[in-house]
Amino acid sequence: MTMEFLVASAIAVLTAAGVYLALRGRTFPVVLGLAFLSYAINLFLFAMGRLVIDRPPILDKAAEGYTDPLPQALVLTAIVIAFGMTAFVVVLALRAYLEIGTDQVDGHEDGEARP
Amino acid sequence: MNASVSTLVVATMLLPVVVGSISLLALKHRLGLSRLVSLGSSLALVAIAAALTIHASGGTVESYALGNWRAPFGIVLVLDRLSAMMLLLTAVLALAVMTYAVVTGVDRKGWHFHPLFQFQLLGLNGAFLTGDLFNLFVFFEVLLIASYGLLLHGQGPRRLKAGVQYVVINLVGSSLFLVGVGLLYGVTGTLNMADLAVRIAAAPPGDQGLIAAAGLILTVVFALKAALVPLHFWLPGAYAATTCAVAALFAIMTKVGAYALIRTGTLIFGEDAGPLAFLAGPWLLPAALITIVVGFLGLFAARTLREMAAWSVIGSMGVLLSAISVFRVEAMGPALYYVLHSTLAAAALFLVVDLIARRRGEHGDAMTVGPRFCQSELLSGLFLLAAIGIVGLPPLSGFIGKLLILDGVRAAPEAAWIWATILITTLIGVLAFARAGSRLFWKSASIEGEIPQRVLRGQTAGVLTATGVLAALAVLTVMGGPVTAYTEATAAQLFEPQQYVSAVLGETAGGRR
Repeated sequence: MTMEFLVASAIAVLTAAGVYLALRGRTFPVVLGLAFLSYAINLFLFAMGRLVIDRPPILDKAAEGYTDPLPQALVLTAIVIAFGMTAFVVVLALRAYLEIGTDQVDGHEDGEARP
Repeated sequence: MNASVSTLVVATMLLPVVVGSISLLALKHRLGLSRLVSLGSSLALVAIAAALTIHASGGTVESYALGNWRAPFGIVLVLDRLSAMMLLLTAVLALAVMTYAVVTGVDRKGWHFHPLFQFQLLGLNGAFLTGDLFNLFVFFEVLLIASYGLLLHGQGPRRLKAGVQYVVINLVGSSLFLVGVGLLYGVTGTLNMADLAVRIAAAPPGDQGLIAAAGLILTVVFALKAALVPLHFWLPGAYAATTCAVAALFAIMTKVGAYALIRTGTLIFGEDAGPLAFLAGPWLLPAALITIVVGFLGLFAARTLREMAAWSVIGSMGVLLSAISVFRVEAMGPALYYVLHSTLAAAALFLVVDLIARRRGEHGDAMTVGPRFCQSELLSGLFLLAAIGIVGLPPLSGFIGKLLILDGVRAAPEAAWIWATILITTLIGVLAFARAGSRLFWKSASIEGEIPQRVLRGQTAGVLTATGVLAALAVLTVMGGPVTAYTEATAAQLFEPQQYVSAVLGETAGGRR
């Protein structure tokens, strides 16, 4: 099994899990789904610099080649932003749960009449 | 770029950062001082943006390499006519909203209004100036984070519920944005927008499928920000739940999506892109036409004035995007004029709605027949003007904007559809606002008694601020000649991206190798 297949299927599984959870009705699974989605995106961005083994991320005359450092910088930025956003959405969801009294994303318990 | 212009360009971002940080860290408990600083910063931004617009109207495209790193490798800020115009629009809107928030005391309703407002301006200005796609993503995140805070300002269950939905939908949008950016980088090896334009024009046929996929994914993301049907459903809830002053500022947020569509559509996927040229157009146009219909029909579904204002934002975005999506130079100029108009008109409507709601006691902004309230006559006049503005009747600038759009799309093959949709929906809009106005002001006049006058903060000053925004619409009408000359020149510049590309990639002074 090649590395490309492993990475690609990992991205696929993470995305599928993320989309499924993000479509759930309660905020906690939705937050988990967003986290899974951001993991999938991070892996995807990383793979966009091509999968290379044993190469330095800078030009080095002693090495045979180099691996593209830019996606690694992009992923770092994306991780920081996704981490901050996840923390924010967790706090927001908790606060909404305490104020509204339900953790349904649309603010209505199951079976309750919708306006 | 000469030193004074580059200083001004950087100042549009440094000023909000510095002022926001100071009012966050040092002025947390000194509301008066942080108001003063915020108003000063907004005024200064108007002056800076005006100076930049005058400079950009000369027709040169200025590129500033951050940290002096040469263009495709470093991040560049680019000032052309479009970005200068958007900066000026943002600054004027921000000044009006900040004034309104201060005189009516909206900023007292919760913590950190002023820092959040400044960071919102940072995100907006950065998004309009950056010449790098990933940097655009970062500035989108900055303005979104600030907007989450502003949306929740004042709190309350309804606002929290709308906040959760708004944040979740935007987080999904950000993930899609990264997919599009990643794909483009994977295929072309660059994220600089000018460099992308060059590489995509020279892309081998085998790569074009992937590039088209990336371009359409980005289109979906920007359409989500621009509230295009079927990605509009977050907007009425979010805008109707937040405070009106914040909603008035958010009038520019949907335009960020429209700006990104224009920028990527004319630069990265411009005429030179061969088979990929203007690939978003055929998808955008039907969606835009449906958006107009849904937006104006939504006016009838609205149960409160704020919901009504929110639906009219959707409708006006539809009009704007239908003009953009034909991607013709003669339609782009009117579209840009309509950007100016619809932003200010939506903001004016939200402010007038707030003035009315604050005077109606427990009736608030609900569309109920209630007794008269103080300043009833004056506010009915303002409501009429704001409705005329947003629907697009003469004499205000909405009429000119729609007329120019109808004229601009005439040569497009889809012109008949656009004409029919815009004309019929304008009538629907007139009916909806007439219904709301007659219920609120006319029928209420026959009811005995008057809603007792509460002590209102900034009773006169609030009215004056809202009138000021309406006056800006009048200025846009009276100055129609110079303004349309500027927007037409902007459209011409957008459809000649070579100038942009050579300003960014050619003869970069003092770049490191």
